[in-house]
Amino acid sequence: MAKEYITTREIAGPLIIVDQVEKATYNEIVEIKLGDGSIKRGQVLEVDHDRALVQVFEGTSGLNLGDTKVRFLGRGVELGVASSILGRVFDGSGRPIDGLPPIVPDSKLDINGSPLNPYARDYPSEFIQTGISSIDGLNTLVRGQKLPIFSGSGLPHEKIAAQIARQAKVLGAQEKFAVIFVAMGINFEEANYFIQSFKESGAIERSVMFLNLGGDPVIERIATPRFGLTAAEYLAFELGMQVLVIMTDMTNYCEALREISAARKEVPGRRGYPGYMYTDLATIYERAGRIKGKSGSITQIPILTMPEDDKTHPIPDLTGYITEGQIFLSRTLNQQGIYPPIDVMPSLSRLKDKGIGKGKTREDHADVLNQLFAAYARGRESRELATVLGESALTPSDLLFVKFADEFEDKFVRQDILEDRTIEQTLDIGWKLLAILPIEELKRIRPQFIDKYLKLFIKKEGGVSAS
Amino acid sequence: MNEQSGVIVKVSGPLVVAHGIPDARMYEMVYVGNKRLFGEIIEIKRDNASIQVYEDTSGIGPGEPVFSTGMPLSVELGPGLIGSIYDGIQRPLDVLRGKYGNFVTRGLFETALRRDKKWMITPLLKVGEEVQGGDIIGEVEETPLIKHKILIPPDIKGTVSFVAKSGEYTVDEVVLKVKTSYGEQGIRLYQKWPVRIPRPVNERIAPDKLLITGQRVIDAFFPIAKGGTACIPGPFGSGKTVVQHQLSKWADADIIVFIGCGERGNEMTDVLMEFPELKDPRTGRPLMERTILIANTSNMPVAAREASVFTGITIAEYYRDMGYSVALMADSTSRWAEAMREMSGRLEEMPGEEGYPAYLASRVASFYERAGRVIILGRENKEATLSVIGAVSPPGGDLSDPVVQATLRTVRVFWSLDASLAYARHFPAIQWLRSYSLYADFLSDFYKENMGEDWVDIRTKAMGILRKESELQEMVRLVGIDALSSSDRIVMETARSIREDFLQQNAFLPEDTYSSLKKQYRMMKLIDLFDILAHDGLKNGVELEEILSLPVRVEISRAKVIPEDNLEEFNKIEVNIRNSFKRLLKEVKNG
Repeated sequence: MAKEYITTREIAGPLIIVDQVEKATYNEIVEIKLGDGSIKRGQVLEVDHDRALVQVFEGTSGLNLGDTKVRFLGRGVELGVASSILGRVFDGSGRPIDGLPPIVPDSKLDINGSPLNPYARDYPSEFIQTGISSIDGLNTLVRGQKLPIFSGSGLPHEKIAAQIARQAKVLGAQEKFAVIFVAMGINFEEANYFIQSFKESGAIERSVMFLNLGGDPVIERIATPRFGLTAAEYLAFELGMQVLVIMTDMTNYCEALREISAARKEVPGRRGYPGYMYTDLATIYERAGRIKGKSGSITQIPILTMPEDDKTHPIPDLTGYITEGQIFLSRTLNQQGIYPPIDVMPSLSRLKDKGIGKGKTREDHADVLNQLFAAYARGRESRELATVLGESALTPSDLLFVKFADEFEDKFVRQDILEDRTIEQTLDIGWKLLAILPIEELKRIRPQFIDKYLKLFIKKEGGVSAS
Repeated sequence: MNEQSGVIVKVSGPLVVAHGIPDARMYEMVYVGNKRLFGEIIEIKRDNASIQVYEDTSGIGPGEPVFSTGMPLSVELGPGLIGSIYDGIQRPLDVLRGKYGNFVTRGLFETALRRDKKWMITPLLKVGEEVQGGDIIGEVEETPLIKHKILIPPDIKGTVSFVAKSGEYTVDEVVLKVKTSYGEQGIRLYQKWPVRIPRPVNERIAPDKLLITGQRVIDAFFPIAKGGTACIPGPFGSGKTVVQHQLSKWADADIIVFIGCGERGNEMTDVLMEFPELKDPRTGRPLMERTILIANTSNMPVAAREASVFTGITIAEYYRDMGYSVALMADSTSRWAEAMREMSGRLEEMPGEEGYPAYLASRVASFYERAGRVIILGRENKEATLSVIGAVSPPGGDLSDPVVQATLRTVRVFWSLDASLAYARHFPAIQWLRSYSLYADFLSDFYKENMGEDWVDIRTKAMGILRKESELQEMVRLVGIDALSSSDRIVMETARSIREDFLQQNAFLPEDTYSSLKKQYRMMKLIDLFDILAHDGLKNGVELEEILSLPVRVEISRAKVIPEDNLEEFNKIEVNIRNSFKRLLKEVKNG
């Protein structure tokens, strides 16, 4: 039985300082017993001689100096794992909240994990078909990737994430897969949307949820994604499952990080966020991936809401530097009633090149993708020009590009929330749109593909009569 | 290995303070705690030494021991480096995985160079010979591509007193003994060198040769010289890493050192899986046979990230000292600077700009200063180069970031990556109006010799056209395209052609990923020829629309996919261009 210390000397924000401690260690977990007998948990942030600085996960309300008893447990924060965690719901600290008995763990894992040896990684290259054209066609997701959704308040990121979770599949593969849902500070309705959506699609049986909602302790949010990812690592690398991790909302996570940093009186970085936020976020995002010789994988879709839609804000900025691309939602498209309002131009999937092409999607995919991007960029540029100068200022070819951009948004980007397009359908829509443009403008497509595919669509277009 | 010499009194993340280390020295290596984690002393106050620990310090607490080594943080230099992948403190990641599994847990230790492998060497020196640092003892075939020269360490000077027989030796065996003024020194196939001290050279000289990268926008417009320094700042998604990868694949250096400093794990995997497959365009051997990787990804301990750039550049200097041309890529130096900031914050130093330590700029400058074209040590007075190319990841792509500014003050080439180009999938997204190279003028003789007498003029003209384009675009934005004269329209079209048909280069297309200087020259000549004939045509009464709708323009735009072994294709296109204009002129004459 570890010693109980009654030497709490200071309480400030989420932190307490305990004096005269013997043998406290960094990152150790502590149990804090309040005067009324209730128990909170915390973690050691710093030990200086016999003085320990502890962050309290559930917040410090109700603590006083006299009655608080602190026990140092001599280990880090752990999650008990077993295959029976599938289908279960936990709170932000890994305790079951679905009314079912606790898990009988096969093993207990430190939630911080260890960094994956870069040499052990296997390069993600298996195409995941999400059924959403603007992702599959232009910002292709692959297994083991971390691809965040950069959203803003009021944008339908939860619909898109749920749609991905519902439709995602690897072509031709029949494998066990699982969804881990990590909620950090979101409201009940948003969390409930995911739960309902999982229930409807039957995914609930294969999912594990870690819920820290808006009303739950803020500091607990620091641990919540780590619980989720520890479960994910277990399912992926011990049980060989294909795991999709949805984490929402990373903005709330970063704010919790800032709160602790401020309470510690650290030198703040940009906008008050701590200087180590990049490293901290990396220890979450880098837990996606595949390992050589293992069949499982972890694919992450973190969601973050950009404050004021500003992508240079530290949260999206640092995230973008770590993740392998981003799916960017656009307020303008949303206002035009286009679902999913994905702005493909600033969106990016860094890993797409190895996941597309012959044998994975289709041989013409890369060329079509490059051409669609280039043409859409030019169309948007011309459209902006037209709003300033009027359409008469545009050359005939610029006008064609404007038409292309409009059609692209309407036919390619827009789709129904239940519409699950195959990659062939997506690429064919792309060709149909490219057929609007004169052939000499299709510089990004190799001639053999123009010969093989474009003719098909020009003919069809003629036959069915263009819309 | 060494007895306890101090006691931990404080642990704050990667910073540990220990009390009572006797004779503690700055930058001395120590082992921290019962788990014996790697660390380095970075501050000494009276009896307390602050240690940055290269591994996660969870579970470490006051009262645990600290062991000193008396050695500064050093790397092992010898045969076996090439083809390896190391972490920031030169632990071999491939060996660690084989022995300890897929995750890098704590307190692991493996020597950087394998002790069991034997290398064939025939020592060239004789007993009684006078030798000095940099002299070659003999050569070891490290890979089919690289002859590893075993050197007398820089600090040794004296008379050879023993030479081993020709034969196979491990890196640990003494192959030579030298009598020096401070006693006899045994020399092995490997030597150690402290990473924070630059390896000495005889003399530094100005660079004069192009580091050929096969990337058109770089070679033709913003070249880096062998022995030069360059930086690539850009926001995320603008293609820094792809450019770095392209350079490490195709740059015509003998040795490539690639430092993945605080970046993504999958990017290192990409290099690891791709390089053994890719062939060096000059030798036909796998690229991995000339590459050394340092991988300290973003989730690996932050202090080791700080050390990784020094580990990398020390290894690079070592190969330079053999007379090779070496190129080092660091991706990304911002993560290195952030690691410095984090340690500085924990030391409670007074912060400078944006929380970075006040010594940021001087550290950055002294890192890039280790690049250069030099006369190496040793009796042969040979020349060698070390080029350094650093990526910078400024927050929000903002170039006023202190790391960018500190870097720009010291490097000679600036490749400015632009988000809007990247959005339009114009890659490499190097913005031509903002970028610069201070080597371009130095290299004009090289260009004349290797590309063509008229290249410098063509390049100047092309840059002029691009500048003119941006002025004209302003005008178009105000008054519309119709307000431009026909000849300005040609300027706009030529500029578009330079951008789309020359500057854009697809790294993932085998025919386009690498362009020889010859091909670059021919491509630009096509665009130039069309431009000259178009202006000429206008003067002689040809309609603008006729010129713009010439089908030969498609051929120009597809010239980039002409394979290197089929450059005669360019002759055909040239003929087609000339014939097209002849036809137009004839039509004008015939009314």
